[in-house]
Amino acid sequence: MPDLSVQIGSLKLANPVIAASGCFGYGVEYGEVVDLSLLGGVAVKGLFLAERQGHPPERIVETPAGMLNAIGLQGIGVHRFIKEKLPELRERRATVIVNICGSTLDEYVELARILSDADGVAALELNISCPNIKEGGITFGCSLNGTFDVVSAVRKVTRLPVIPKLTPNVTDVASFARASEEAGADAVSLVNTFLAMAIDVETRRPRLSNIVGGLSGPAIRPIAVRMVYECRRAVQIPVIGMGGIASTGDALEFLIAGASAVQVGTANFVDPFICTKLLDGIRQYLERHGVSRVSDLTGTLDTSAREKQWISS
Amino acid sequence: MPVDVEARVIANTRLSPDYNVIALAAPDIAASTAPGQFVMVKLGRGFTPLLRRPFSVFEVLRTNGHVDGLTLLSKRVGVTTSMLFDAVEGDVVSCLGPLGRPFELLDPPAEAWMVAGGVGLAPFATLTEALRGRGTTVTLFYGARSGRELFYLDWFQARGVRMVLATEDGSVGDHGRVTVPLERALRVAGRPQKAAGDLPPSSEASAERRGDPPERIARPTLAGRGAQRPDLGGGGQPSGSSITIYACGPEPMLEAVAHLAARYGRPSQVSVERVMGCGLGGCYSCVIPVREGRDGWRYVRSCIGGPVFAGADIVWD
Repeated sequence: MPDLSVQIGSLKLANPVIAASGCFGYGVEYGEVVDLSLLGGVAVKGLFLAERQGHPPERIVETPAGMLNAIGLQGIGVHRFIKEKLPELRERRATVIVNICGSTLDEYVELARILSDADGVAALELNISCPNIKEGGITFGCSLNGTFDVVSAVRKVTRLPVIPKLTPNVTDVASFARASEEAGADAVSLVNTFLAMAIDVETRRPRLSNIVGGLSGPAIRPIAVRMVYECRRAVQIPVIGMGGIASTGDALEFLIAGASAVQVGTANFVDPFICTKLLDGIRQYLERHGVSRVSDLTGTLDTSAREKQWISS
Repeated sequence: MPVDVEARVIANTRLSPDYNVIALAAPDIAASTAPGQFVMVKLGRGFTPLLRRPFSVFEVLRTNGHVDGLTLLSKRVGVTTSMLFDAVEGDVVSCLGPLGRPFELLDPPAEAWMVAGGVGLAPFATLTEALRGRGTTVTLFYGARSGRELFYLDWFQARGVRMVLATEDGSVGDHGRVTVPLERALRVAGRPQKAAGDLPPSSEASAERRGDPPERIARPTLAGRGAQRPDLGGGGQPSGSSITIYACGPEPMLEAVAHLAARYGRPSQVSVERVMGCGLGGCYSCVIPVREGRDGWRYVRSCIGGPVFAGADIVWD
C-alpha cells in the first residue's frame, strides 16, 4: 500500500487531492454525498470579513472544454463561516484550508488573526488571484511587491501554513512564487482562472453579467501544467497544482511536473465523487510503477529521453 | 441523498421536431424523487458538453407497482438537449439525483392549480399523482406556442385533471399566454375570506410593464383536443378559499403568475430554472434574489434553496 501522505510546510495531508476553493462551496454542501475525511483537504469558498452578494446572474457560461465564471465571491463572511460551517466540517473530520480574500492588506491580516484562533482550520490560502472583483485580491497578486507585502504581513500574525494562490494572468508566474517564498509562504498554489470573455453574437451582449470572467476546466490544463513546472524550478517550497484536472492522468501530470499536491475544481461540478476516484487512480498508478510514496513522484519529469531523441534525429 | 447513476435509455419518444420524452433506467433515483425535484444529466464522455444540465423528473415509471425508471421531458435547445433528442435505446446517460427542494403539498389544498408553460409541464406529472393521492382537485393551465406543442393531454385527463389550454397562435384554447385563462379563473374564484399575505401594490403595473398580452375574448376550446373548460364562466360555484397555485415555465411567466396569485390572495409556488453548474450548491451560479427581512434580499442558490420557491419570496424586478 503506497504512502499517499504529503507534507505542505508544517501541515501533513493524508493524501495529495484537495477540493479547490470556489468549486466545493463550504464543503458542508457535499457532506452528505462525499466522505470529506477521505480528501487530502477541502479548500473552502473564498471569504472576506463581511458577507457579499456577488455578481448578478448570468454567472457562468460553458466554453469549449471549459467554463467561464464571474460569481463575484458571494459569501457569508468569516464570522458566520466560523459559527455555521466550521463545526460541521470539524465533525466530518475534514482538513479545512480556508481561502481568504481582502480588499486591503489589513483585511487579510484581520482574517488571518481571526482564523488562527478558530478551532479546525488547517491552513490559510491567500486569494490574491480572483479575476472577478474590482478591489483587492488580484491587485496584490499582479504585483511582486503586493504579493510580498500581503504574504509577509499574514506570515507575521499566524502559525498556520500560509499558501498564496497565484494568478496565471501575469507574464512570469515563477517570479510570484519566488516573492511568496521570500515573504515566508509555506507553499504556493496555482493556477487560479484565466481572465476571459464570451459574447452572444446574436444579441452582441456579453454572456456574463460581469462581462469578463475566469476560464477553468480541461481547456486550461496544459498551460497550468507548464506554470507548475516553472514554479517548481523556481522555489524550494511545495507547489500545489491545479487547472482542469478531470482524470487520474491529469493529476499525475501535475505531480510529475512538480506539484506536491493537487486541487480539483471544475470537475467537482461534473462529478462530485471525482476526488476519491482520483485517489484510487493515483494509488493504482503508484503500485503499478512500484513507487512507495506519492511524494517520490513530485518533480520526476524525465527530460533526458527527449533530449537524446533530439540529438539522434 | 442523491446518487449518481449510469442510466440506460429504455425508450425515447419524439413528440415533435423539438420535444422528446426519454425514459431512463434509474430506479433508485425514481423511487426517492419528490414532485418538483430534478436530476443533473450528462451525455457522452468528452468535454462537449462539459457540465451537466438540470431536468425536472417528468414521470416515475412503474411496472406492477415496481419502480423501474423515470422519464425526462426535453425541448431541443442546446448540446445536451440535442443529444437527449437523438439518444437511442441502450445509450447511457449519467444521471445525478434526486436534487432540490420539492413542491410543498399543502394539507389538504382543496384545489391545486398547476400552471405550465412549454417544457415547464415537466414537474406536473409527478405532482398530479401526489396530489390525487391526497384527494385534491387538480386543474392544469397549460400554455404553448401552438396546439402542436401541447403534450400528454390524455395522460392528465385520464387522471381526472381539469385542463385549461392556451396557445400563442390561438390554435387551441385561449389565444395568448396561459396567464390569460389563469387570471380569468382567479377573478371568478374571487378572493379568499382571509387574504394570504399583503399584496404588492405594484403587481399590476409591473405586469403591464413587462408587456403581458391584453386579455382577449376566449375562443371555445377545441373539442378535438378533448380538453374541457372548467367552470370558469361564472356559472359554477366560486372556488373555496384554499386554492394553491403551482407554476413552472419561462421566468416571465412565473413572475406574472406570482403577481396574479398575490393580487388575488392565493399562495403560489414556482419552480425556477437558472443556469446551473453543479446542482449541489458548490458553484453559486444558479442564484436568484429572495426577500429577506423587511426590505432586504439575498441571492439564494436555486439548486438547494429551490428550484421551488414561494412566488411571493422572489424579488422579480
